[in-house]
Amino acid sequence: MTHETTQGLWLSGNEAIALGAYEAGVKVASGYPGTPSTEILENLCTYQGVYCEWAPNEKVGLETALGASFVGARALATMKHVGVNVAADPLFTASYTGVRGGLVLVSADDPEMHSSQNEQDNRNYAFAAKVPMLEPSDPSEAKEMVGAAFRLSEELDTPVMLRITTRVSHVKGVVTKGVREEAPVAIGIEKVPGKLVMLPAMARKRRVYVEERMAKCKRLAEAYPYNRIEDGDRQRGFVTSGVSYLYVKEAFPEAAVLKLGMCWPLPEEMIRSFAAMVGELIVVEELDPFLETHIKAMGIPCRGKELIPNQGELNTAIVREAIDPASKPQLFAPVELPNRPPNMCAGCPHRGIFYNLSRMKLFVSGDIGCYTLGFLPPLSAMDACVCMGASVPIAHGMVKALGEGSHDKVVSVIGDSTFLHSGITGLVNSVYNGSAATLIILDNRITAMTGQQHNPASGGSILGDPAPSLDLEGLCRAIGVKHVFTVNPHDVVETRKVLKAAVELSEPSVVISRAPCVLLPEMKERRPVSYFTNQDNCVGCMSCIRLGCPAISWTAFAEGEAVARGYRATQKGVSKIDEILCNDCGQCASLCKFNAITRGEGKK
Amino acid sequence: MNDKGNILFSGVGGQGILLASEITAYGLLRAGYDAKKSEVHGMAQRGGSVTAQLRYGKKVYSPLIEPGRADVQMAFEMMEAVRYLPYLHRGSKVIVNTQKILPPAVATGQAVYPEGILDELRRRDIEVVAIDAFELARSVGEGRTANVVMVGALSVFLPVEGEVFAEIIRVRVPERFREVNLEAFAAGRKACQ
Repeated sequence: MTHETTQGLWLSGNEAIALGAYEAGVKVASGYPGTPSTEILENLCTYQGVYCEWAPNEKVGLETALGASFVGARALATMKHVGVNVAADPLFTASYTGVRGGLVLVSADDPEMHSSQNEQDNRNYAFAAKVPMLEPSDPSEAKEMVGAAFRLSEELDTPVMLRITTRVSHVKGVVTKGVREEAPVAIGIEKVPGKLVMLPAMARKRRVYVEERMAKCKRLAEAYPYNRIEDGDRQRGFVTSGVSYLYVKEAFPEAAVLKLGMCWPLPEEMIRSFAAMVGELIVVEELDPFLETHIKAMGIPCRGKELIPNQGELNTAIVREAIDPASKPQLFAPVELPNRPPNMCAGCPHRGIFYNLSRMKLFVSGDIGCYTLGFLPPLSAMDACVCMGASVPIAHGMVKALGEGSHDKVVSVIGDSTFLHSGITGLVNSVYNGSAATLIILDNRITAMTGQQHNPASGGSILGDPAPSLDLEGLCRAIGVKHVFTVNPHDVVETRKVLKAAVELSEPSVVISRAPCVLLPEMKERRPVSYFTNQDNCVGCMSCIRLGCPAISWTAFAEGEAVARGYRATQKGVSKIDEILCNDCGQCASLCKFNAITRGEGKK
Repeated sequence: MNDKGNILFSGVGGQGILLASEITAYGLLRAGYDAKKSEVHGMAQRGGSVTAQLRYGKKVYSPLIEPGRADVQMAFEMMEAVRYLPYLHRGSKVIVNTQKILPPAVATGQAVYPEGILDELRRRDIEVVAIDAFELARSVGEGRTANVVMVGALSVFLPVEGEVFAEIIRVRVPERFREVNLEAFAAGRKACQ
């Protein structure tokens, strides 16, 4: 599909970063899917001459990119903000080894937590790992900065972080296309152990280099083209970076602005002269007072977080009203409406598991994925969810603290991709250190939440080509789990029996719930046959309603209607299945004890 | 409509809001405007309330519409026409698909779908253009083109020639769905002319 317009290409920030990386001659790219970063690799893999892959986690992704850099290739690693926590170990030492080919790490932060468990500000990583960070404001600048980041990486022998946020990643704008350049470094093996083997003696030497490099980068920042003063009304001067710059330009179009495209290290002299130029210095930034703290540490007076919120996204109105409270307009108050939270899809295999768990009076230690929605009513079957892979050790720790005989009070639930990301070591620990809380692996054959990315168990590469499919049952047995069960979650009643048997075992057990995500292309292409409610048989028991399936709704009877229609006087209503929404999973039919739900003849 | 504007798209995940907002954006770009569009992916999309925001003008900085400054809202579901009321102002125009999609609390009998909900807009001097986009889409043979019916309705009020949108649909929609989408667009346009 074409993205051409008369003004240029119409691209999202993530598409623009992929294009920028391609044009910069990137050779190897690796990462793990995570909103809002996912589409970078999904797009980059469509370009010729770039090797792209989904790694099992972000640490592996960054290490892969680092290896490619060591032989001279320009390499890219992409991840969401919390993914950088996983990749922090290689990041902090890659700062010491430096690079040969340019190495760029994209951190896609998610202020407001649109699709995340926290809103950490990853600018702090650039400071802590002592690496430069660039921060674009929109798709056009994002594309340009990828190339700049590669050049900077090679010039200063350092990984460079490119920090974007949801409102860069998932914003579309006009981008100018360029041509692919050849990366300058010749590819080949070069042995430089003093630089690449970080034993203490060598690391101490590189430690000195890191400081020299950052001092050099700081000097370079003073004249860096992406750091610029836009002169204007000097009564107030705004220091800003990233998407916040756009809000400042809209709220105060006349004001003097210092836009920092490099948000670490900071150009101290430039900031000092800008501060001297303006009446009052105001720092506008999302989340942490990152710029503000460092500017204050320079001894430059400014105001920031005393005006601008330190939580959530900013927008033009928040910035304008924070600085000029009198500008607040009268807004219509919201009208009270029934909520419309996200929900698992009709036909989602996870629903069958959570329906059972909601009936089993267990503590459910959950994990990160679509299945986190099992928390929501009517299933309400998740009691903890912290980070990728945490479900398993959290259950283990609970059992160890609760003591003897508590293994049947806790289960952990994790998706296939999340298990491979960082659940395996948790299971190793549970087996090694002897706790028997059942682990349920929801194997829907894909990384679903982020939009259908392949993983080491799904049988496909990033391009959808056939790839080895990891044997989850075999892996669990190899770890030492003696009791491994596989169930079809759509058969809700049978699944309950297996879950019950597994939970009662006093040795470690794993239940693999295997059924494909209904959003998989092959599932969408099949012609699902709708189930329907045979309302003559429906007794209004609400078993099917309690699944919380979007295709099943409840029709309440009016006063006297039950008797008039020939039902028992106490019946409150009947269920109904929407034939367009129904995805043919049959969970409701497996639950119905009154033969009131039947598979239909097929829909058009 | 002026030389700049803010269009808020709202509806339920899976209704094709992203495609509708894309076609609209391409139309405005073709007419020579700068534009930015903001969407949210990931968890928010799973059957929940979703929005996309499109801003156009001579030069657009922020991708986000300020509260109180949406000139047009494209509501793909009736109740979702009212959920973002603080984004509207007196004189805003709301093009609403009168289709109802029951949220979980309503489907499970815990809450009722509000009656006469569009009056909440009218009594605040918001112009309501109500069409049954789903029925119109069905009448051209494919219920799933309701999103393009909505774009047809919107096109009447935009500073872009209708033929420009038709051309975009021809370029951007896969061939086997092309004709039905063009018909859907025409049906939406006709409903508002």
